[in-house]
Amino acid sequence: MNITLRLAWRNLWRQPRRTWLTIGAMVFSNAILVFMISLQFGMYELMIDNTLKAFTGHFQVQAPGYKDDTKMRQIVPNAESIATEIREATSLEAVAVRSATFALASSDDRTYGIRVFGVDPANESRVSTIPSLVSDGRFPDNRDAQEIVVGSVLARNLRVGIGDELTILGSGRGGSFAAAVATVAGIFDSGVIDMDRSIAEMPIGFFNDVFYMDDAAHAVVVVTPALALIEDYRATLESVVAGHDGVVLQDWDALQPGLRQAIQADLSGAFFMYGVLVVLVAFSVMNTQLMSVLERTYEFGIVMSLGLTPGRLGRLVILETALMGLAGLLLGALVGGLITTWFTYNGFSFPGMDQMAANFNLPSHFYPQVSLLTLFAGPAFVFIGSIISALYPALRVHWLHPVEAMRLA
Amino acid sequence: MSAVRCIDLCKTYRQGDQDIKALDHVDIEIVEGDFVCLSAPSGGGKTTLLNAIGGLDILDSGEVWVAGQRIDCMSKGELAGLRLKQIGFVFQAYNLIPVLTARENVEFVMQVQGVPADERGCKSEAILEEVGLGGLGDRRPAEMSGGQQQRVAVARAIVSRPTLVLADEPTANLDSKTSGELIELFAELNETHGTTFVIATHDQRVMAYAKRLVKMLDGRIVDDIDKRAG
Repeated sequence: MNITLRLAWRNLWRQPRRTWLTIGAMVFSNAILVFMISLQFGMYELMIDNTLKAFTGHFQVQAPGYKDDTKMRQIVPNAESIATEIREATSLEAVAVRSATFALASSDDRTYGIRVFGVDPANESRVSTIPSLVSDGRFPDNRDAQEIVVGSVLARNLRVGIGDELTILGSGRGGSFAAAVATVAGIFDSGVIDMDRSIAEMPIGFFNDVFYMDDAAHAVVVVTPALALIEDYRATLESVVAGHDGVVLQDWDALQPGLRQAIQADLSGAFFMYGVLVVLVAFSVMNTQLMSVLERTYEFGIVMSLGLTPGRLGRLVILETALMGLAGLLLGALVGGLITTWFTYNGFSFPGMDQMAANFNLPSHFYPQVSLLTLFAGPAFVFIGSIISALYPALRVHWLHPVEAMRLA
Repeated sequence: MSAVRCIDLCKTYRQGDQDIKALDHVDIEIVEGDFVCLSAPSGGGKTTLLNAIGGLDILDSGEVWVAGQRIDCMSKGELAGLRLKQIGFVFQAYNLIPVLTARENVEFVMQVQGVPADERGCKSEAILEEVGLGGLGDRRPAEMSGGQQQRVAVARAIVSRPTLVLADEPTANLDSKTSGELIELFAELNETHGTTFVIATHDQRVMAYAKRLVKMLDGRIVDDIDKRAG
């Protein structure tokens, strides 16, 4: 074994209690970091998945520019045939056409501006969770039924219930006046106030008749089996889209830019807290190493007089810290990994979380996501922080002069 | 040829309000293969002179030449290299590295020099045998007596065959029997390998072995006796 490594290792165990306390601080902070980062990544995936599965989907085929300016005339021609092509090319079942417009919804008592969607009853439940969120009544099962499903807040605002009629007034695809009377078949409760207050869905056949859409739609929505798999389907989808003029493929990131921004903002705040934790551990390591260096000043003078360069002694101090850091990293990742893995199977929750999660259409338990990144990213920063903190003690050794060192001691 | 040459060395320490002249215009030349004892009462300057020769201390003025190289203007790294290859140190307090075994302490300098493991092992076994510590190589300093530790320190100082050995009160913590054995070992190494020894001591038994006796007082050389001449 290299003499510097052997010296470093044995020096660590001169004061085993101090070494274990320092490693313990690293293990504790590393385990916390592993758990928190894993939980955070698990929450983000859940947020993205829930948000996208609620309505947006992982991909949409749209008319160019429709994403930014949802004009009625920006349509996907032959939307049904594109949906069929996608199903055949990708073997995905979760493909559905959808149209949308703004309209006025009037009950006997009140009128509200809403966003009305025309959805395919046979396939909408595969790309959206709204059909499964119907808490009162049912979701239409006939594409031509003159029925409508409204959000719970909208139903309350309009003072309508199952079987009541709503008058829908809007503009048709060509700009003409469009009007219809639809029976409220179901009321959904997504937990997201904005959705429950402003959205209504009607069967696409009925929607096409009312708004003069013919066979067109505004989007073909595609959901892949998992968020992590979307890149596997991108190329196939792009090749299908390339075979049609006047349409583009949009992914979830383009369709929901706010989602990534919200996650990035949350990450920034969390990383600040993690940074504070790393700095605290780094100061603890600096304290340990500084004490250790001061205790051995005389010995450093001796080995310098034997011919060891100050640089090599400085490296010895760094190496001692690196060994402690490595032990802290591995043990921290192990402890953190075991704790986090338990929560990946059993879920993590705390009092009051049910209510908070429901506001964001999230489940009451979060499931951390363990990966190499979540296991080692935090501990790696603690390791680097420790090494940086050892630079000052190492420099103190570097500045020592042999006689001065022996005299100081 | 000169092993050591010091020209007009001056070193002043500040102690409280007083300036203490540890070296006061010291000139000395030591030839290769010499066995020199520096004798002085406490504070006479012998340790400071040893430190100056070994490049351990910073001087106020003067020149120090070791093995034909001027060392007083060398960098820390160059001085470390010189000490590693050419100078062996023996201290009063043994100064072994506590976390290493006797064998590892002896091998330490060779390992820093980059000597291959096999060669290191052979040399360390041989030198431990030579200083009478065969079979004790696996003991740590805390498990050895003062005399045994000093022998390990001597073995460490001479194992890589330095041309110059500087010893500061090497017998101060040893009983008379062990002191005698140690000095005989120094004398033998001096005779057989031609190693130059400079020993700071006020031990009369050590001085008896010296070929040259240099007496110091208040940082100055006051007497320089070459026993071979007389």
